[in-house]
Amino acid sequence: MEFLGLFNYWVVIFLMMVGFYALISRGNLVKKVVGLNLFQTSVIIFYVSTGKIVGGTAPILIGDDHGVAEGAAEVLYSNPLPHVLMLTAIVVGVATMAMALALVVRIKETYGTVEDDEIQAQVLADEQREGARP
Amino acid sequence: MESVVDLALLGLLAVTAFGVLHLRNLVAVVMLMGIYSFLSAALFVVLDAVDVAFTEVAVGAGVSTILALGTLALVGTRQKRHAKSPLIPLLIVLVTGGMLVYGTYDLPRWGEPDNPVHGHVAPEYLADHVPLAGDEGDVLEVHIPNIVTTVLASYRGYDTLGETTVVFAAMVGVLTLFVGSRRQRRTGGPPADDEGGSGAS
Amino acid sequence: MRDQIILRIAAKILIGPIFLFALYVQFHGDYGPGGGFQAGVIFAAGVILYALVFGLDRARAVIPTAIVTWCGTLGVLIFAGVGVAAMFMGGNFLDYGVLLYDAEHAQHIGILLVEAGVLVTVFGVMVTLFYSFAGRRRSR
Repeated sequence: MEFLGLFNYWVVIFLMMVGFYALISRGNLVKKVVGLNLFQTSVIIFYVSTGKIVGGTAPILIGDDHGVAEGAAEVLYSNPLPHVLMLTAIVVGVATMAMALALVVRIKETYGTVEDDEIQAQVLADEQREGARP
Repeated sequence: MESVVDLALLGLLAVTAFGVLHLRNLVAVVMLMGIYSFLSAALFVVLDAVDVAFTEVAVGAGVSTILALGTLALVGTRQKRHAKSPLIPLLIVLVTGGMLVYGTYDLPRWGEPDNPVHGHVAPEYLADHVPLAGDEGDVLEVHIPNIVTTVLASYRGYDTLGETTVVFAAMVGVLTLFVGSRRQRRTGGPPADDEGGSGAS
Repeated sequence: MRDQIILRIAAKILIGPIFLFALYVQFHGDYGPGGGFQAGVIFAAGVILYALVFGLDRARAVIPTAIVTWCGTLGVLIFAGVGVAAMFMGGNFLDYGVLLYDAEHAQHIGILLVEAGVLVTVFGVMVTLFYSFAGRRRSR
């Protein structure tokens, strides 16, 4: 049970580290954005994991068409708060990802490449040209 | 049973993430991210977060895949083989991950009903009986079965207003980046003197 | 994809139910999983499907860029407007209890309006983002 109780967190950390590794070791900017996306999803899984109660059910009160049934509060529900926070975080995540991808597209249009070492080489060459000019 | 499905889905997620890291064809990477989103949505259903699962399927597997493919159409689909040694990033990742795993031993065990998370405001939300500041005994009752909707729109309306504003701001950001300059790409030639013109359009 | 007859017919059959499903998700969000965020994305998915199958130009003719950009703005305005309306009617910002004759109905109408704001914003933003990315190459 000790193993099961922490396994979720370990997988979350593994996913987070895969995203982190993609972010710092890969030179392609799209791959970096994907890495950030992995990182973000791992955090979302972590939050939702903390809200889970084993044997609980989704936080929608038992009831019929006319409202909440009697005794609905006695049923064991999982914690709704992390769900709300993560629901909005997912939508904000895709909006910010679109922002990052737009930056990548603009970088491609300006430098003709999305590999960070080639961009760096171009920036260095530019700076040297600037320096050579009186 | 819940735990078994949970473990299986987490294992599949780990495998998919590994594939994302290793493939160099970016179209395949984006498709794997779609699969990853579907898998995590299934995991969210197991974890009782049906609303989150719904959002993840619609947003993560739908819209973000489309946007990523649209980007790839503009920037190319091959990732270059990188020459840098993977040793230092690997070391950083292993050390960070090791410290985080060490930290998990202080976390409350997964799925226990008496974890600290479940103690503060969640019971009030679930009982639909939230005490208001001010008068003693004044409570807010909404009588909507889906607690996630109630918390999202009513109890934590400020949060949601903020999130909506962030989504709006991201739209403004993308439009600002895309509308405007149509500068030619630089291909090694002498720098064109069009810096001044880019802002005006 | 204009010559792919199977895709075209399938899309024609699918787009209507997609919009209907989005409305269901929006208005059933009080009783089951769903709400403004999901419904907005599903609405946008319908438009995106139309654009993918029939071409971006026709999609822009049906739902112009200006309208979706306005939608992205309008939703935030609706949301904040509900908050300000509550302030004018004697409550706190986003305190729906004062909007109608009794607090429970006022809460329900407040939540409905706010979710509508979220729907409009998310729909507008998602379609705007898609138009921006998809229309990029031809503008160069």
